[in-house]
Amino acid sequence: MEHKQTDISTDTDVPNKTEAAFIVEIKNLSKSFGENHVLTDISINIKKGENLVVLGKSGSGKSVLIKCLVRLMDADKGSIHLLGNDITHLKDGALNEVRKNIGFLFQSAALYDSMTVNENLKFPLRDIKDKTNTEIDTLVKESLESVGLPDAGSLMPSELSGGMRKRIGLARTMILKPELMLYDEPTTGLDPITSKEISKLILEVQKKLQTTSIIITHDIECARITANRMIIIKDGVCAAEGTYKELAQSEDEWVRSFFE
Amino acid sequence: MSKNKSISVPIVAEDAKTAAPLFSFHKFDGFFLELGELTRFAGNFFISVIKPPYEFRELMKQCFLIGYQSLSLVAITGFIMGLVLTIQTRPTLARFGAESWIPGMIAVSIVREIGPVITALICAGKVGSGIGAELASMKVTEQIDAMEVSGTNPFKYIVVTRILATTMMIPVLVVFADFVSFIGGYLGVNILGDVGLRFFFTQIFDKLEYNDLLPAMLKTVFFGFSIGLVSTFKGYNSSKGTEGVGLSANAAVVLSSLCIFIIDAIAVQLTSLLTK
Repeated sequence: MEHKQTDISTDTDVPNKTEAAFIVEIKNLSKSFGENHVLTDISINIKKGENLVVLGKSGSGKSVLIKCLVRLMDADKGSIHLLGNDITHLKDGALNEVRKNIGFLFQSAALYDSMTVNENLKFPLRDIKDKTNTEIDTLVKESLESVGLPDAGSLMPSELSGGMRKRIGLARTMILKPELMLYDEPTTGLDPITSKEISKLILEVQKKLQTTSIIITHDIECARITANRMIIIKDGVCAAEGTYKELAQSEDEWVRSFFE
Repeated sequence: MSKNKSISVPIVAEDAKTAAPLFSFHKFDGFFLELGELTRFAGNFFISVIKPPYEFRELMKQCFLIGYQSLSLVAITGFIMGLVLTIQTRPTLARFGAESWIPGMIAVSIVREIGPVITALICAGKVGSGIGAELASMKVTEQIDAMEVSGTNPFKYIVVTRILATTMMIPVLVVFADFVSFIGGYLGVNILGDVGLRFFFTQIFDKLEYNDLLPAMLKTVFFGFSIGLVSTFKGYNSSKGTEGVGLSANAAVVLSSLCIFIIDAIAVQLTSLLTK
């Protein structure tokens, strides 16, 4: 099931299949840096509750795609609808409101170095006025427990290992219970055992919070564990799309090479 | 040998044809581009500082970090400044029998010039490099992006608070440094003489005028603003990965110091024009 430049909507194992609505609609997205065309006319639709894995070689435009989704970069062409909002035309205030429903786990976890783990987790809750300090503390505690690090609250990010940083990063992104989670290479730089743990954690979060997820990775094991559906980006275009099993058995040697 | 000769002739001729002129405005492109970016950055600051929401808690934290945590360094510098100034000028004044002018001379020179400039330079080194490196490191490790994605305006949270904190804290630090300098001066006077504390400070405040204090305090506000603006600009727009962190810290100190001297030169000219 491979094709180029597809509007993708699949019948794979997606939660809430009957009530499925597109949480993410990307139409003809293009992004260039000078003469370097990183993304060319990418179109992707993602249903509610779906885990989409985006595979591709380094420099294929995966991270640019995910950054365009939250307007960390502005696309040159095309439209992006997230959670029913056309974010390409939103002003800063409205964009920030949409962003509060989106969790973004960065490759480096991007924990704030000058804050403790507790303060890192409380940071996204700063603007929430209807919660008391006790409720916020409880939320932080629950989030830390859900990633298996209940006693890490008082530590500084510099005292954490790579895997712990990723877990805390995940706890921070899910503390606002976002509808959409974006993961930028969540297992990069981790050993295989920790990578597997993080991948399982992503799946747990998706089940617990009923989130929709986009996972950018080139870790095939992470893709196997987390994906409902996968797309492979090559030279800025969607080169292949399907389930893990479909792509692993692809007739295209280049697609199969990801799984070997 | 002959081969070399035959090759070198056309190269020289080609070089002569394409040689760059001695003076070209293109050499200044980078400078003007950066100046334009800095101006836009400053414009964004003034817009963001007015618009709610306001980050009071972060502002207080930065005031503490920039002000309180610089006190010891500023105190040591101020003390040595007063002490050395007194010891160095005493022999010259003594030659003219004008030792009684020492407190007044210290007061005017420290309050008008040495206190603000030296304190601002010290802060440019300590605070400016810290801000430049911190922001550049945040940029490199995607912390600024993370802040933006979480729905917080990073410019408001990181940049505005730091610029405001330096603008408010540098004048306070200068007043503190001036006072400690007077104590250093008092000890310097008493190494070879015997002057009462009350007499010393009476002499100081007798010699100081409104025209000494106000322009000096005003320029420290601009010193603080320039340190904050330049350091945050350099850190926030850092590139080149981890190498950029060092470059940003370095550029923050160098440019802040340069700005301090330029502002001082302008302030001195303006003050002398206005007080004529």
